[in-house]
Amino acid sequence: MSDKDFEAIRRLQAERNSANAGKKGSKTFDPSTQRTDTSTKASLTESFDTELYERTAVDKFAGYNNSIATNDGDDDMEDADELNGRRLVGQYTATKAQINEFAGGDTEEADILMTREKQAQIASRETDYQKRRFQRGPLTPTRADPFAANSQAGVQDDGLSYKDIMKTREIEREEERISKIIAEKEANGETGAVVEHQATLKDTPDKENSEAGSTVAVAAVRKRKNRWDTATEPVANGETNGAVEKKKSRWDERVAPGQPQKRPRWDEVPAVGGATPAAAAGLATPMHPSQVAFMPFGGDMRNAPLSDEALNMMLPSEGYKILDPPPGYEPTRVAPSGLMPPTPGVYGGFMMQTPQSNSMMGKQLPTEIPGVGDLQFFKAEDMAYFGKLVDGADEDQMTVEELKERKIMRLLLKVKNGTPAMRKTALRQLTDSARQFNAGPLFNQILPLLMEKTLEDQERHLLVKVIDRILYKLDDLVRPFVHKILVVIEPLLIDQDYYARMEGREIISNLSKAAGLAHMISTMRPDIDHPDEYVRNTTARAFAVVASALGIPALLPFLRAVCKSKRSWAARHTGVKIVQQIPILLGCAVLPHLKGLVDCIAGNLSDEQPRVRTVTSLAIAALAEASNPYGIDSFNDILHPLWTGARRQRGKSLTSFLKAVGYLIPLMDGEYANYYTTQIMEILLREFSSPDEEMKKVVLKVVSQCAGTVGVEKKYLISEVLDEFFKCFWVRRMALDKRNYKQVVETTFDLGQKVGTSQIVERIVDNLKDENEAYRKMTIETIEKVVTSLGAADLDGELDKRLVDGALHTFQEQSVEDDTILNGVGTIINALGTRIDFYLPQIVSTILWRLNNKQATVRMQAADLISRITMALRVCDRDDIMGKLSIILYEYLGEEYPEVLGSILGALRSIVTVVGIDLMQPPVRDLLPRLTPILRNRHEKVQENTIDLVGRIADRGADRVPPREWMRICFELLDMLKAHKKGIRRAANNTFGFIAKAIGPQDVLNTLLNNLRVQERQSRVCTAVAIGIVAETCGPYTVLPALMNEYRVPELNVQNGVLKSLSFLFEYIGEMAKDYVYAITPLLEDALIDRDQVHRQTAASVVKHIALGVVGLGCEDAMLHLLNLVWPNLFETSPHVIDRILEAIDAIRNAVGTGTVMNYAWAGLFHPARKVRQPYWRIYNDAYVQNGDSMVPYYPILDEGSLQRPELAIFL
Amino acid sequence: MADKLRAQQQLEALQARYVGTGHADTTKFEWTSNIARDTYSSYIGHPPMLEYISLGMGQPREKVRAQMIDKMIQPVGKPPAVQD
Repeated sequence: MSDKDFEAIRRLQAERNSANAGKKGSKTFDPSTQRTDTSTKASLTESFDTELYERTAVDKFAGYNNSIATNDGDDDMEDADELNGRRLVGQYTATKAQINEFAGGDTEEADILMTREKQAQIASRETDYQKRRFQRGPLTPTRADPFAANSQAGVQDDGLSYKDIMKTREIEREEERISKIIAEKEANGETGAVVEHQATLKDTPDKENSEAGSTVAVAAVRKRKNRWDTATEPVANGETNGAVEKKKSRWDERVAPGQPQKRPRWDEVPAVGGATPAAAAGLATPMHPSQVAFMPFGGDMRNAPLSDEALNMMLPSEGYKILDPPPGYEPTRVAPSGLMPPTPGVYGGFMMQTPQSNSMMGKQLPTEIPGVGDLQFFKAEDMAYFGKLVDGADEDQMTVEELKERKIMRLLLKVKNGTPAMRKTALRQLTDSARQFNAGPLFNQILPLLMEKTLEDQERHLLVKVIDRILYKLDDLVRPFVHKILVVIEPLLIDQDYYARMEGREIISNLSKAAGLAHMISTMRPDIDHPDEYVRNTTARAFAVVASALGIPALLPFLRAVCKSKRSWAARHTGVKIVQQIPILLGCAVLPHLKGLVDCIAGNLSDEQPRVRTVTSLAIAALAEASNPYGIDSFNDILHPLWTGARRQRGKSLTSFLKAVGYLIPLMDGEYANYYTTQIMEILLREFSSPDEEMKKVVLKVVSQCAGTVGVEKKYLISEVLDEFFKCFWVRRMALDKRNYKQVVETTFDLGQKVGTSQIVERIVDNLKDENEAYRKMTIETIEKVVTSLGAADLDGELDKRLVDGALHTFQEQSVEDDTILNGVGTIINALGTRIDFYLPQIVSTILWRLNNKQATVRMQAADLISRITMALRVCDRDDIMGKLSIILYEYLGEEYPEVLGSILGALRSIVTVVGIDLMQPPVRDLLPRLTPILRNRHEKVQENTIDLVGRIADRGADRVPPREWMRICFELLDMLKAHKKGIRRAANNTFGFIAKAIGPQDVLNTLLNNLRVQERQSRVCTAVAIGIVAETCGPYTVLPALMNEYRVPELNVQNGVLKSLSFLFEYIGEMAKDYVYAITPLLEDALIDRDQVHRQTAASVVKHIALGVVGLGCEDAMLHLLNLVWPNLFETSPHVIDRILEAIDAIRNAVGTGTVMNYAWAGLFHPARKVRQPYWRIYNDAYVQNGDSMVPYYPILDEGSLQRPELAIFL
Repeated sequence: MADKLRAQQQLEALQARYVGTGHADTTKFEWTSNIARDTYSSYIGHPPMLEYISLGMGQPREKVRAQMIDKMIQPVGKPPAVQD
């Protein structure tokens, strides 16, 4: 880079500057006024409040795993109907990955067609898999509680027993099996000829079993029969009963608790207030009874209930009897008038359209519910649940139960839709009276709400919170509802939202603590081999939570049994899945139970079902990952089957076996690890070229794990692995997929840790000149990572040249600006140290030309690169280049784009840091005047960088700039005190200190004192801080007189400001305060007896800081005087004031001793007025907590005989 | 309202941690009991002080210590009967 080039660029910019300066409204630097941006208006293109809408802010969920795979790589969980996981017929469509590319993850695009309302709903975000929760059907009926206190007495409690549930499950499985066979048949075209299958389950209930059943169940069956089968009653039980059982007509059969079956849906009555919302025909989700009224055809003639006449016509009249409605039957409640369009009575003929269908108008939704008050919102769907509250029924005529129901409803509505304050009290009421409400009525209302499809995050969170709170109170009363709660809460465990998952875990763990292990197991056992995979998956996760709550040892026997289940592979699969989930939840806490868990699943490694084998190896991987680096002993037994398995498997199961091996190898001794690595490497090398994405991912992971293990040697990796690895994975295609890209970079980095920088760089450096940008980026990212961790010492001259050449090429050719390439280039340059000297001219000229680029981002990056390479320039001793660069940068201070200007200032700052103030080119006295107007820039990045630069100059080279300029800067700095970012305010305050030190405090103080008169509170506070800092740096005696003089200004803001500065001042100067105590006391006297509350509050905080400063320095008399003035403020009620007052008293207690202050307090402790006692006890408590021991000698001597403490009177 | 609630909660938390703290409804019996117990535990907690007292009382230190611990049980007599 010759001087001529520098000159050319400098001249170009200078010309541009002068050309721009002529134009009106230009934002460029105007030498006459020294202002760049004369406009005081906010920019139209920048977001105004960058604090709120911060774009550069780190994601607040960073570090959390905010996406969770619903199946943890266990793809075989899907009940795929393909044979051996592949189709026999070719499938010509885009892959799922391609279709979903823009549906989730980083590339997610908002669906603009969805309404905002919809977007807020949880259901609209869910994947198809998560939506399967709606297919779980209605909530199962309440379960019996076999562990309840009264179960011994043989009392029948309502609810299904374990046996009933298991039977239902069996029937469901059978149903599924049959329907599968039927479907198969139909697919094969054999619809006509139905082959008779031997049902595995007999139609009639097993005699022995039913007899062996509990007496209770049998009794119940008999009782029911009597009620329904009136015709058969007089006949002896024997044959009629048998006949009935044989000929199961759907008509006379009622559901007895012992025989749940597939119910005919059409004749079902939605039971209002029943245990569960009944399933409406054809709907996958349960429907709250009152919702029925809102069905789209609610008022339609076609769907109106059949009248008696119509039924008479349709049904035969003989042989049938019209029965009375069963007790407890309640017809569907009619929606309150005005909520449902009244059915027009007359059809045909002329009809006036009257605007009656007001439910369609959207105006009808009440915002105020009687007895609830004003709600934040009320949705149409809420009406289905809370409609009862507006039906205007007379509460005097209701039973206690109904009243209770309404009470709960009101409270829930308040919690769900109310304002925060309402919510709080309602939640408290619900919690406090949970046991009076009882579990049934509570859960019957809460759980259907949680199943609502239009539920939003906030509502769900609140309802879950309600459950959490009442669980504590209800304790074992929840048992009958455990399953229902689980059905509702389990989906939370696979939610995308981290917090939802946490909530789900907490609820289930509290639930298991309340219900007990035995009940949890008996409740969840039937779901373990549920035909629906979704149910099994969520159950497994829930079981893992139970294990973490109640301890693994307690659950281990059960797990062992489940994993060995002979009856169904699904049970084994779920069992192993539970074992897989436990380490994921518990982490290294599984170590004590590792052996037990591994033994549990060891046998399943050679299961006959491939899915079970797959999930077993995944479970082993999870266990090994959690226990890393310990616990290899526990895995000894399964090593052999795992290895032989890995050799035998292909495809999917091989993937999971490799994964397990990959996690096990790092646990081993070096020797073993080496051996096993060489063994597994054959398979890995074979699979390097596998087209399967999943396989690629696993192979990369395993390679990096092997490379990281101690026993694996560099020589081996170089000779056996590297060539093949680079051939298969360092291809352009890998750079295009984000996930692969990341994996490859990581694996290469891990390999690099073993084989050294040169091996890696040598192989990939030429990719830096590839035509594909993503590939270049991947290369430079890898090189950056390797070089950062290992340095560039082992690169030779030739390689250096190629590397720098390539890096510059990449830097120049980049079209998408992001920091990766910039970081890479910066790292490489710094790592090469003195070796970079040779290439510096080339680098600097690149930077200069890019600094001159038309595009703002390019200029910004060039400036950023300068700030990164200043250290390298220093190392090469090229201060001359830095001088030239800073002159160029100085020219560019007229930059219009704030982002770029910020970077330019940053570059100048790092040059100043490196070369020092003295040698800085241009000299500081030229540079600083240019910075003064820039201080006015409102952009955060600019502010941050300028204030830093100015502060640095003020700190080190203040004398090089005339005082007038510093005063000017002082004025500009005052505005900085209003900045949003705390860092900027802090830097500005410190700069005040530096400037005051440089030019003496008088002028600065004057400026600051004047600023106390401004309106803005934040500005005044910061000014007060700045005064404190000035006092600290220049000595309090320079500031105090002026400050005390300022207090005489009869203006509240100023006086408060002075007090505030005094407070900061005494906080900063600490012990020095003892010289100023008597000087300041009269001022404080005045302030402490002021009428204004805030005044006294601030004065109290001054007292606090003084008192803490002078502890033990002999100012007790003054402190006591101040205490006398502070003490009467004790009865203030405003929280801020009373807090400051109490703090002041605490501080004085430290300064004058506990005994003295307590003498003030004894008088009020038992004062007849509560208003007096309260604050006095607060003081007593504070003293007791802070100086309890020193109070002992000072307790008052009570004259009565009871309390005798003569010990301290002992005198030797 | 919310402040009151919070103050109440804070007081409860404080009371849970320090038994000796009081509130506006603390009775004389409770307060004096706490004073007595705190006094004795303070004597016991400062061995030199205990030594001094035992010397003055002319009794072995351990004995004085045991006596003091004993005195902490109902230090000011039986609690007053609850009257409705």
